Amino acid sequence: MTSVALRALWGRKLRTFLTAFAIVLGVATVSGTYVLTDSIKSAFNSIFQSVYRNTDAVVTGRSAVSPDATNNLPSFDQSLLAKVRALPGVAAAIGGVGGSAQLIDSHGKVIRFGGAPNLGFSVDPNEARFNSLVLVQGKWPANGEVVVDRGTASKKHLVIGDPIRVQVEGPAERLRISGLVKFNASISIGGATLAGFDLPTAQRLFAKPGRLDDIRVAAKDGVTQAELIREIRGALPPSTVVRSGTAEAKAQAKGTTTFLNFLQSFLLAFGGLALFVGSFVIANSLSITIAQRTREFATLRTIGASRRQILRTVLLESTVMSVIASVSGLFIGLGLAKGLFWLFDKVGFTLPNTGLLFKPRTVIVALVVGIAVTIVASLRPALRATRVPPIAAVREGSVLPPGRFARYRGLGSGSLATLGFALIAIGLFASGLSTTAILVFMGFGALLIFLGVGLFSANLVTPLAAVIGGPGARVGGAAGVLARENAQRNPQRTGSTAAALMIGLALVTLVAMLAAGIKHSFNQAVDKLWTTDYAITAQNNFEPIPTEIAAPLRRAPGVAAVVGVRSGEARYLGGKHQLSAMDPGGSKVFSLDWTAGSQPVMDRLGTTGAFTDKDFAKKHHLHVGSTVQVLVPDGSRPTFRILGIFDPPAGGSPFGSLTIGGAAYDRHYTQPHDNFIFVSIRGGVSPSNTRVLEHALAGYPNAKISDRAKFKHDQASGLNAILNILYVLLALSVIVSLFGIVNTLVLTVFERTRELGMLRAIGMTRRQVRRMIRYESVITALIGATIGIGLGIALAVLLIARIDFITIAWPITSLVAFVIAAVIAGMLAAILPARRAARLNVLEALQYE
Amino acid sequence: MTGSANGAVVTAREVKRRFGEGGTAVDALRGVSLDVARGKLTAVMGPSGSGKSTLMHILAGLDRPTSGEVTIDGTSITQLGDNELTKLRREHIGFVFQFFNLLPMLTAEENVTLPLSIAGEKPEKGWVDGLLDKIGIADRRTHRPAELSGGQQQRVAIARALVTKPTVVFADEPTGNLDSKTSGEILELLRDSVDSLGQTTVMVTHEARAAAFADRILFLDDGLIVKDMGRADAHDVTQAMEELAAQ
Repeated sequence: MTSVALRALWGRKLRTFLTAFAIVLGVATVSGTYVLTDSIKSAFNSIFQSVYRNTDAVVTGRSAVSPDATNNLPSFDQSLLAKVRALPGVAAAIGGVGGSAQLIDSHGKVIRFGGAPNLGFSVDPNEARFNSLVLVQGKWPANGEVVVDRGTASKKHLVIGDPIRVQVEGPAERLRISGLVKFNASISIGGATLAGFDLPTAQRLFAKPGRLDDIRVAAKDGVTQAELIREIRGALPPSTVVRSGTAEAKAQAKGTTTFLNFLQSFLLAFGGLALFVGSFVIANSLSITIAQRTREFATLRTIGASRRQILRTVLLESTVMSVIASVSGLFIGLGLAKGLFWLFDKVGFTLPNTGLLFKPRTVIVALVVGIAVTIVASLRPALRATRVPPIAAVREGSVLPPGRFARYRGLGSGSLATLGFALIAIGLFASGLSTTAILVFMGFGALLIFLGVGLFSANLVTPLAAVIGGPGARVGGAAGVLARENAQRNPQRTGSTAAALMIGLALVTLVAMLAAGIKHSFNQAVDKLWTTDYAITAQNNFEPIPTEIAAPLRRAPGVAAVVGVRSGEARYLGGKHQLSAMDPGGSKVFSLDWTAGSQPVMDRLGTTGAFTDKDFAKKHHLHVGSTVQVLVPDGSRPTFRILGIFDPPAGGSPFGSLTIGGAAYDRHYTQPHDNFIFVSIRGGVSPSNTRVLEHALAGYPNAKISDRAKFKHDQASGLNAILNILYVLLALSVIVSLFGIVNTLVLTVFERTRELGMLRAIGMTRRQVRRMIRYESVITALIGATIGIGLGIALAVLLIARIDFITIAWPITSLVAFVIAAVIAGMLAAILPARRAARLNVLEALQYE
Repeated sequence: MTGSANGAVVTAREVKRRFGEGGTAVDALRGVSLDVARGKLTAVMGPSGSGKSTLMHILAGLDRPTSGEVTIDGTSITQLGDNELTKLRREHIGFVFQFFNLLPMLTAEENVTLPLSIAGEKPEKGWVDGLLDKIGIADRRTHRPAELSGGQQQRVAIARALVTKPTVVFADEPTGNLDSKTSGEILELLRDSVDSLGQTTVMVTHEARAAAFADRILFLDDGLIVKDMGRADAHDVTQAMEELAAQ
């Protein structure tokens, strides 16, 4: 019997391959995700470990708001360095300054590769033990000089002795390239740009004269790290944090690790989705195959096989298939990760890389998931195979008996879908659920909806095919009519085939709906709030820009108001919040809906005034005149008085839950940066005014000037990038479902061999045969698209009803594009089956038995 | 092996089979009783729709009678559950089908020994070799069904039916899908398995020529046995058929 199972698989190579492919793709995504994220994680860890090598202790500033934070920390006075050096346990110590620094190319453009960071920091060649850079050419930098990484140098054709402009806090400064460096270990740092300065230059560029961001300390021989840390702590003020080098490396890596863990779960979710869709494809393909093998199973029964043996045979077949598919998927995933590294490198966004990491966990999870999904999906078809009665061996055209629960299929699947919607509704609207509970409700609900709608779709096939097949039946002649009839003749089969595609399209539609809603409400919000002419942002749209950029703008001719909006972490009213601040003149650039107070509040904030939004005020019982005490990073606790309450538009506002005056903010936040600077200028937006602002910002190549339309467009570009990534990832499950269509059609052609022969015998041309198959495929795809898009819209409406900051908008173009894509997909899926059907030898087909 | 008192290995008593319900009900068998003698080739003849196939399905435990009783080797099979029927098939029954029903992915020899491996038994090499030799497919044992002619496929199917030495072999129109020359060879083979191996065989056929190979011919018409003949040549069988048709 074992050999029967194995031979059966081998005897149906194409079918087995097409079925298995549904699993291969899903498993490949899972293993590829693990390999990719594990490798990047390990690369980051090595980078941070390398940065803090030979470092026994690290001293940094401390944020009173987030004591564990490792970036955006306040700097401290450099006199602390001398104190540390004087300690008996200290062998060596260096102070450093660093952060984000933009290198400017000869065309005045910021040098950046993808989204990788642009890093600048002080280097101290005299203390080689702390130096994670290696000089490959030239000299270490003196005052007014810079070393850059050789990757950037070669890509931008920079050579030693060249002048290069560098923008950090102030206007871009012209420095001389004194040398090229590379990162210490054999690590690719990805697309990051590195700029190293001597300490005084770095302090000047970062606008931290006489101050340091960190001190690295090496212990004397015989002094343990713990002793060293205790000693330093005793000597320094409480506004500093002392950690071991390894702890600091770990803390630094934590940010990227958190992101990569999120990325991992995110990508795994899509792998899981592909596997879920794959399970539909497998269940459907196996059902068809088993129906076609009715006589074979019946014969086995007549010669003595028990039901259990039939079950075992079918399950053994799917197990063997799943093992082969999962192992292939595992290694294809490895290739996928390698390919992604290569691809990212080619598009200029090199990922940090220390070699691919293939953990045992990757192998175990990929194999277990792939095998389990296949076996679960094949259980139902396998059970049906056991119900083939032996008498089917002697009956011509025997069909599989309907399952025991076939009668309840419509009712059961309807209930499943309803239950799914109910769960999602609970997850969305029930109060007091934890995030995990919400996600569980939503995920499980979505699963039930897809299962329910997938099973129920058999009931929708006949009416949908009648409508969708209409045009084809009219223009396609006999082939068109037959295609429609064929699509309708086994509604369950067509239904499950379409269901696989339905899942992908439902999610694509959901994403498109949400994105359109977010964009729409964001645009509405900008239109509502924005009453000014220009906005200034960083070139990459999101990085905050130095507040001093406002100064040259204010001096520009015709400028009426320049209002910077900035924000940072703070603690108040029992939680950590974003505290925002705006410069005076807000009434000239914003129009807010005030529920208490009025427009001039924005100009009267001074050093003690604040305004808040309606919901926050309600939640914390704030009204005009209330005072709020705020804990800021420097540890002080200023108090602010509420002057006004506004009602933000659905799409949000640039303001946090509390907004104070810029002057008050700058007193407590070292090196404040603006998220946006809004400019009102006499004469409004005009080419000449744009030139005036460009001239004023000539020293700041990282600043970008936008009018309202450009601002809206650029702010949405991040969302578009995310949207495209989501589409690509969802395409994966759509591809899996396409294989399902191909598979169903191949099996159907095989099953209808005799019928096709008959059609050819009575005069159907090859062309007509091909057209018939193609139409049937397109009808199936469109049924999937119709149900999927409908379901996607329903889910989106449900979600948007819950989420305050999104309003419903109809991405008509995208939806039409999805339908067209479904038609094309249907045609692609039909190529192979149609060719097979057309190639059929009429004589053999008619003799076939 | 124990037979019933009169030496019959398969018996049927007042077997009725009704398909469908109410006005559209069809009585395929309307009270058939018979005894199949050990070591004999019994043919069940009849025009299409006479109920001969239904009778065979019920005798072989593939279908259940609406009423009446069937025994095989002394055991009543009409009330058996699926597991017991499976056991019965393994031990007592061999099948030969009109469309051969070989598994396409197995070789001829693997098809033949399949019933043994399903039952978890080891094929006795001498017996299997002898059987393949006798059936005339020894030189084709490694071929797959697709590489065999219809006659060769049916030979493999007969060997598969004989390999477990069943109490009775049921052959359902075994020559229905073969040309006349090959049909003759297959019938010779069935005849020979009865003569040399003492294999009790029940064959359903509508061909007079096939029935002429049997030791006994039962004529079925409209769900009843209407005639019971001993050995007869094809001419006599045809004549008997015509007489029945004329009534």
